[in-house]
Amino acid sequence: MPCTVRIASPLRSYTAGAGAVTARGRTLAEVLGSLEERCPGIRFRMIDEQDRIRPHLRLFVNSSEARELTAKVADGDTVHVVCALSGG
Amino acid sequence: MADTLWIGTRKGLFSLRSDRARRRWKLGGPQLLGHIIHHVVQDSREPRVLLLAVRTGHLGPTVMRSVDRGRSWCEAAAPPAFRKAGAGAEARAVQRVFWLSAGHRSESGTWYAGSSPAGLFRSTDGGERWEPVAGFNDHPMRPQWAAQATPDGEFLHSILIDPRDPQHLYIAISIGGVFESTDAGANWTPLNEGCAADFLPDPAVPFGHDPHCVVQHPLMPDRLYQQNHCGIYRLDRPGRRWQRIGKAMPRKVGDVGFPIVLHPIDPDRVWVLPMDGRTVWPRTSIDGRPAVYVTADAGESWRRLDRGLPRSQAWFTVLRQAMCTDRHSRPGVYFGTTAGEVWASTNGGESWRCIVRHLPEIYSVTHAA
Repeated sequence: MPCTVRIASPLRSYTAGAGAVTARGRTLAEVLGSLEERCPGIRFRMIDEQDRIRPHLRLFVNSSEARELTAKVADGDTVHVVCALSGG
Repeated sequence: MADTLWIGTRKGLFSLRSDRARRRWKLGGPQLLGHIIHHVVQDSREPRVLLLAVRTGHLGPTVMRSVDRGRSWCEAAAPPAFRKAGAGAEARAVQRVFWLSAGHRSESGTWYAGSSPAGLFRSTDGGERWEPVAGFNDHPMRPQWAAQATPDGEFLHSILIDPRDPQHLYIAISIGGVFESTDAGANWTPLNEGCAADFLPDPAVPFGHDPHCVVQHPLMPDRLYQQNHCGIYRLDRPGRRWQRIGKAMPRKVGDVGFPIVLHPIDPDRVWVLPMDGRTVWPRTSIDGRPAVYVTADAGESWRRLDRGLPRSQAWFTVLRQAMCTDRHSRPGVYFGTTAGEVWASTNGGESWRCIVRHLPEIYSVTHAA
């Protein structure tokens, strides 16, 4: 199932500068796996080795925040990768 | 011989390249602007190769590699990471790759990395793919050795490879102590006898100490020095008891600090940069008067070196990776401050001058030939 993944600026070195890329999958885990195939290395910067979303990242499927990689993704959905950092 | 200093900062990578006399230094960079650079290390076996330990505020930690003396950088295909935890097991994730060490000269392509929380990792392909060193990371005593006593987890650093034997390793964990392996990391034993741990209820513990930096002299590998949270020490192997050589420091200065650096050919000479470890641990230069101290007799006596350094109101903090020497017979000594200055001495510390200002907070200063 194709979906759109919107990429935050800290991760665009992996997407040749693209702010949105297409990926496939029925769950967030599958979408991130698809993204990793296309953009090697990107997943580990977002998801740690225990499959936890890194503390300064938030993932949304459309407008709903997904806190687990088991979150469902449907054909035509948009996955947003949002970076959140405070301080200087 | 021109020299290069690699400056890892909280906001990117910089370089300083000297003329042959080490009088003029040209600043290069920033590269990887905005990235947090914990350590930059040249491969002494293959000098065109450098590795750096990096992360950003948002993203997970990784390692980058250059094969063209730092002109360009590529990310490791498999950065250091703990094994996926089984059900009910402690699920550790690398928060930062903190330390890098090139392997033994007979093991081309071998590198070691230390992380927080404390983990040891090895690459055998020049830093492209990293594997956990199970002998440490999964050691049954590891949860006691590195007991998550600090919120970020302990830092594993000072990975030392005996130049006579690639199987013989030392590591240090802050907080945790110094550990030794004689079988390439398959097993480890604590090596902390004689070190103080005066912050613990029982100071006479076998581990739980706070080594800030440990160095091994390449020409006398049985000679180790340690700058610890609780003093400066020397250990001459095969002995197992550290001697507190910091007792010879002036009483008003004390022997607390982060870095300790070696002379390239004289095992009796090391430099330290004391910091204020009183009361709430400001960790600045003592009384705002920064000074380097040198010993020429393996710690029997120390001499203050502050010519050219500010005389007052200079509140330096110099982190453990932010001081180094070069390889000249009369070595240059360099340090970077958390205020973004790099100070240099080309006469063994006798006099100092600031060679760059206004960089971001400096985490690492390393020399490259």
